[in-house]
Amino acid sequence: MKIKNVFNVMAVMALMFSFSTFAVAQSKLNVIATTEDLASIAAEVGGDHITVESIAKGYQDPHFVEAKPSFILKLQKADILILVGRELEIGWLPVLINQSRNAKIQPGAPGYLDASLQARILDVPSGQVTRAEGDVHPLGNPHYWMDPENGKIIAKEIFDTLVKMRPNERSYYEPRLNDFVSKVSAAEKRWLDMMAPYKGTKVVTYHRSFSNFADRFGLNVVGYVEPKPGIPPTPQHNLDLINQMKKDNVKIVLVEPYFDVKTPNAIGRDTGAEVLIMPPSVGGTKDVADYIKLFDSNINMLVTAIKKTSGK
Amino acid sequence: MLAVLLFRSPFLFAQAGAPQAADLASIRAQIDAMRADYEKKIQDLQKQLDDIQSRQSTPAQAAAAPEALAQAPTSSVTGSSVNSGKVFNPDISVIGDFLGAAGSNEVNPSPALEMHETEVAFQAVVDPYARADFFISFGEEGVNLEEGYVTFPALPGGLLVKVGKMRAAFGKVNMLHNHVIPWTDRPLVTTNLVGGEDGIDDAGFSVARLIPNKLIFLEATGQVFHGTSGDGLYTSSERSDLTYVGHLRGYKDITDNTNLDFGFSISHGHNASGVVNGEDIGRFTTRLYGGDATIRWKPLQRSVYHSFIGRSEFVWSNRNQPNGTQDAKGFFVSADYQLARRWYMGGRYDHSDRPDVASVTDSGQSLILSYFPSEFSQIRGQYRRTDYGVGPTANEFLFQFQFAIGAHGAHPF
Repeated sequence: MKIKNVFNVMAVMALMFSFSTFAVAQSKLNVIATTEDLASIAAEVGGDHITVESIAKGYQDPHFVEAKPSFILKLQKADILILVGRELEIGWLPVLINQSRNAKIQPGAPGYLDASLQARILDVPSGQVTRAEGDVHPLGNPHYWMDPENGKIIAKEIFDTLVKMRPNERSYYEPRLNDFVSKVSAAEKRWLDMMAPYKGTKVVTYHRSFSNFADRFGLNVVGYVEPKPGIPPTPQHNLDLINQMKKDNVKIVLVEPYFDVKTPNAIGRDTGAEVLIMPPSVGGTKDVADYIKLFDSNINMLVTAIKKTSGK
Repeated sequence: MLAVLLFRSPFLFAQAGAPQAADLASIRAQIDAMRADYEKKIQDLQKQLDDIQSRQSTPAQAAAAPEALAQAPTSSVTGSSVNSGKVFNPDISVIGDFLGAAGSNEVNPSPALEMHETEVAFQAVVDPYARADFFISFGEEGVNLEEGYVTFPALPGGLLVKVGKMRAAFGKVNMLHNHVIPWTDRPLVTTNLVGGEDGIDDAGFSVARLIPNKLIFLEATGQVFHGTSGDGLYTSSERSDLTYVGHLRGYKDITDNTNLDFGFSISHGHNASGVVNGEDIGRFTTRLYGGDATIRWKPLQRSVYHSFIGRSEFVWSNRNQPNGTQDAKGFFVSADYQLARRWYMGGRYDHSDRPDVASVTDSGQSLILSYFPSEFSQIRGQYRRTDYGVGPTANEFLFQFQFAIGAHGAHPF
């Protein structure tokens, strides 16, 4: 009788244990990304084993997101926080993390993923860095996701973090990662082919959001509408820029969707350049719903504009 | 490899001196050829080195600061200087606040020109369990630890605990440092009833917890302080004369662009009205009740150009003193509109009784225009008219220059 009881208890415990592991295995990892780009890549790798949400919207300037308490609630429940890093979110993310009451996503914790650590970063200032150069990023240009090669690296980092948290789900995430990487590689070849005839095309951009994009696809950024990072356009700078664009025969101006187009349009009128509202992020415009569409849309827009302005 | 090349050259020169003159020309030619070869090799090496350096300017500037590599995740968020290599030094920033005043004010005049405050901040992560923040202010009258506390951000039970000296969570304005308030001065209700510029700023504990619910963000904060603060508001004569502060904050996103922030506060402590020759004979207390509401509008896509913030705070001070209890009330209402990327204009209406003589009421109106050359500096002008309960009306033009250097701080919300 006693032995039977012991067996019963053991059976119940075993059942409870199996239910609890079952429950853990089934619960989705809650991923919060600071931008829609990172959220899009995370969704590709994580599939339906994760829920993912972003804090900043793609049409919003990611430097100036407000640290709203509603974001604290999102972070409180997060298993993983993916951030762009390179001080892009320095004005708002540390405050949110501090108040999140979530040990899992504190800097250094397993759920804290700075996506920039393996990526190829451009514009790292050398020598003395001062704010006389504007709001410079001392750790390099944080808009690095605009290079699809970096997109693949980010996906790998997200994969590593997911596997670290759920080693038993590796077999689910691995093919998804491989699939995403091959999709991006195939698309990248297409984009490079489309851009190949226009290698070296000179462009002007509003902010330095397109350094990685230009570097990958062979654009030559010869000037910026902002006189210095974070400093709004001035009449003198506009004049200098117009003269330079005329001299260099620059016919394309790229503007992020969150900047006023009044000055770029005036520059466009004066120089005959096309002003393109080019989203540097997923969600920047309605048709840019995921990471691959971001480049699809931007490359198409760019090629059309170059053809139109150059007559080629 | 370079060393080998360099060592080989003098050896060849030594050999070249001995042979006959006929061979000299050919040896010289060989040497020249070799020199050209070495120079080319050195140039190639230099080029390779440059390439490697430029490629390694990627993650955490590996070549320049190896220590930075391990610290990159933290430094990228806390903004520690990587260039210096002293990655464990706290983030340091200095904010200067220069104030000027013109016009007439016989009741509460401020200097024509003053370096009102210089705030130095040191902020860093202490260990995996805590972070620390210190704010030291250098005023015209001396140095003061404005705040200095440790925060435990990841305790069990969803608690956020702070220990040290801090600005109490009474309303909104009391918690704000001078450089983030949208005016050159503080509202009359703060000056009269909540301890003036210093406010309730004292040593103690703070425990805050989120109250889970499906509707809004709700946070309850309880604080206990030593008991002396606010320029005479609270005075602790005995060890048990603590000040208690409670705050309930609610927040709701109405749309992506608009949100509402509101709170209720209470504080209780001993006042100085019963203190005679350093001894608290009267044992009188002051209790403050407060309500605050803030509405913000900021269109996400054009957030760098336009925004609006409407704020209001109401305070009721219930003060016991030798001649009985004084019930003083006060409030302010303010509105700030961002006209353009760097321009803000605003207005404020003030109304407040005085805490010890509630029948005396001050009121005021202000118009403010602010210009931000960059995120790190601002120039502000404020026209202020104050109708004092006792004394002549003041008409003043106040102006302010603020400038920040060092680590990039958080944007206030």
